[in-house]
Amino acid sequence: MAITLKKENKSKKIKATSHRKWTIGFLSAAAFIWVFYTYVLIRTPEGFQSVVQSWFPPTGLNEALVWVICALGLNIVVGYAGLLDLGFVAFWAIGGYSAGWFMSAFFHQANIHILTTANPALPGIHLSFWAVIFIGGLICAFFGIIIGAPTLRLKSDYLALVTLGFGEIIPQVFTNGENIAGFNMSNGTKGISPVDNIGVPGKALGPFDFSWKFAIFVLLTALMVFVSLRLRTGRLGRAWLAIREDELAASMMGVPLMRSKLAAYAVGAFSGGIGGVAFATHVNGVFADRFNFSISIILLAMVVLGGMGNVWGVMVGALLIAWINSTGLPAFGDLVNSTFNTSINFPSYNFLLFGGVLILMMLYKREGLIPESRLKAILHEADDATSNIGGSH
Amino acid sequence: MSLFTNGYQSRQDRRKYLERTLGLIAATLVLYWLGINFVKSPSQFFQASLIGLSNGVLYALIALGYTLVYGIIELINFAHGDLFMLGTVFSANFVAMWLGQEYLGGAQWGVFFVCLIAVMVFCGTLNVGIERFAYRRLRRAPKLAPLITAVGVSFVLQFVGLRWNGSGQKTWNSILPKGAFFVGEVRIPYTTIFSFAITVPILLLMSWIVTRTSQGKAMRATAQDQDAARLMGINVNRTISFTFALGGALAGAAGLLFQQTRGLTSYNLGYQLGLIAFTSAVMGGIGNLQGAVLGALLIGLIQGLNDGLPIGLGQQWSQTVVFSILILLMAFKPTGLLGKRVTEKV
Repeated sequence: MAITLKKENKSKKIKATSHRKWTIGFLSAAAFIWVFYTYVLIRTPEGFQSVVQSWFPPTGLNEALVWVICALGLNIVVGYAGLLDLGFVAFWAIGGYSAGWFMSAFFHQANIHILTTANPALPGIHLSFWAVIFIGGLICAFFGIIIGAPTLRLKSDYLALVTLGFGEIIPQVFTNGENIAGFNMSNGTKGISPVDNIGVPGKALGPFDFSWKFAIFVLLTALMVFVSLRLRTGRLGRAWLAIREDELAASMMGVPLMRSKLAAYAVGAFSGGIGGVAFATHVNGVFADRFNFSISIILLAMVVLGGMGNVWGVMVGALLIAWINSTGLPAFGDLVNSTFNTSINFPSYNFLLFGGVLILMMLYKREGLIPESRLKAILHEADDATSNIGGSH
Repeated sequence: MSLFTNGYQSRQDRRKYLERTLGLIAATLVLYWLGINFVKSPSQFFQASLIGLSNGVLYALIALGYTLVYGIIELINFAHGDLFMLGTVFSANFVAMWLGQEYLGGAQWGVFFVCLIAVMVFCGTLNVGIERFAYRRLRRAPKLAPLITAVGVSFVLQFVGLRWNGSGQKTWNSILPKGAFFVGEVRIPYTTIFSFAITVPILLLMSWIVTRTSQGKAMRATAQDQDAARLMGINVNRTISFTFALGGALAGAAGLLFQQTRGLTSYNLGYQLGLIAFTSAVMGGIGNLQGAVLGALLIGLIQGLNDGLPIGLGQQWSQTVVFSILILLMAFKPTGLLGKRVTEKV
């Protein structure tokens, strides 16, 4: 415990400059990647370009950032407040459909254009991307509170189950939403496509404008990181950590349990909404069959692998798993197959990989790759007791 | 109840009253819905109920596995549904291996029962192995750790199923007699009768083991208080292993029955059915064996009626209906229908 206390003190001392430090580091890394993809890559030899395209394509990069945004949201719920959420895909879906509703020609009955780059002749509701991000986030936060309010007094594993059920219901509602009492809510399995371009001053970003979108997604990620870090040190964040560590003790000390938990849910859901909207613009549409349970689990694996409660850990975990999931594993498989002249289908080992990661991390490194010091202490609190069980009888 | 004489003293009383009113309204609506459907087409009503109940007994077998494990170590074993899935794949391959192409005549019953034993042993052993290697070390860890591990195990089992069964759905021949007889206009397949005839003795055996044998007594003691049970000389580890074996065996039996009555296997079957079964276990009051069976029959019935009745939401809303029930139950009656109210440890 003494060591952790020391660390806390140190972080307090550098607190004044810490936000400037990470902002500069993060943004300069992003700027470096941006410059590399927009200016340097096209001047490099053909062979190098194709290697980069197969291992780190720019679309994969943008998608990974969407995963990071959602994983950071889940981290607030699971990592900070210690509430297991197995239905995070619901918020992703709701965010995606808010982009579908408010940024496309889908509601052709209406004709609303506000600060948008879409063709004014097009019917439908067309709002600015920046507004839709907030709207999507708010809708998600609303649903987070709706689902949280009656169930947050439950024990943790029941809560996990309720969120899981919620994560099943929402995608099914969207899949069957073609005809709800005669009203077409989601266009069913056909999905809503295309969605509007993102409008930046003097430009409308088409679906293939990766480098600009990269810049926008980086900004959104930076916003999420900033929010996560600020909340953690603030009153609410300390309340979350207290609840995570000992709910009873926290409530005795005057931490309002329900309000704090609901806030965690709302903030997490909000970022899920942001991620959903961003993803909809990334793939230029929303499709109901994409939203399934495995998304919730992959997000959870990201948080667990990286280190629950640690923003940087979660970011590393999310980037790593998103990369493995999209291009890393196939590219690695191709490399292995061509070198050793085998034909192993590497992407088919996905399930084993995620399952294995979850199990092994929980057994051997519960705190993740980049652990958060306080959580590490809690998670290993009971280890001595555990070894006693194995020895008895 | 002194609700009305004392007035609403506290928020608790008001809440209780509100819950009861809402429950009554919901029950009335459900009864009304059933009533108009019954009047509209009685034969369809009975047909749907029959299909629902025959699904229900299957859910009961799986739900018992959840409730046994939850009762003893308070873990939602997410991998249990996938264990059931491996049971279906195992029995399909096992039966196909024995049966070949030609019809075996009377020997098919022999094959069936050999397969029943084999699949029960297979799933039971697998479940014990999972407990030994994944859950045991985490028994005293914070709740989140074993829960996440269970999700991981579920993925690994799905991977095994994917390898074993392929990524698509496979159809198999059944060795059970085909055909059906009619009562009025209601078609009763022989397989339905058969699955009742297999399930009911298994359930009775189960309840005998838990209530009458010394091993069952040890299980109940361990569920109540592990440390006290250990002090009384009960081998806690072995008791927990036995519970997992029992749950696994039930899942295996359910796997064989499912594969034989539906004739299909698929690697992602376990997830959906497992969730439904868990919902049933929660509905009856998790940790309560009779409750799990009751909940499973009810869920099966609700699902069957929703899918089969002329005025209903239809099959594409099946999951939504089941999970909405789950969420409502969790919100208003987390102890379930038969569960006892225990003091919350927070």
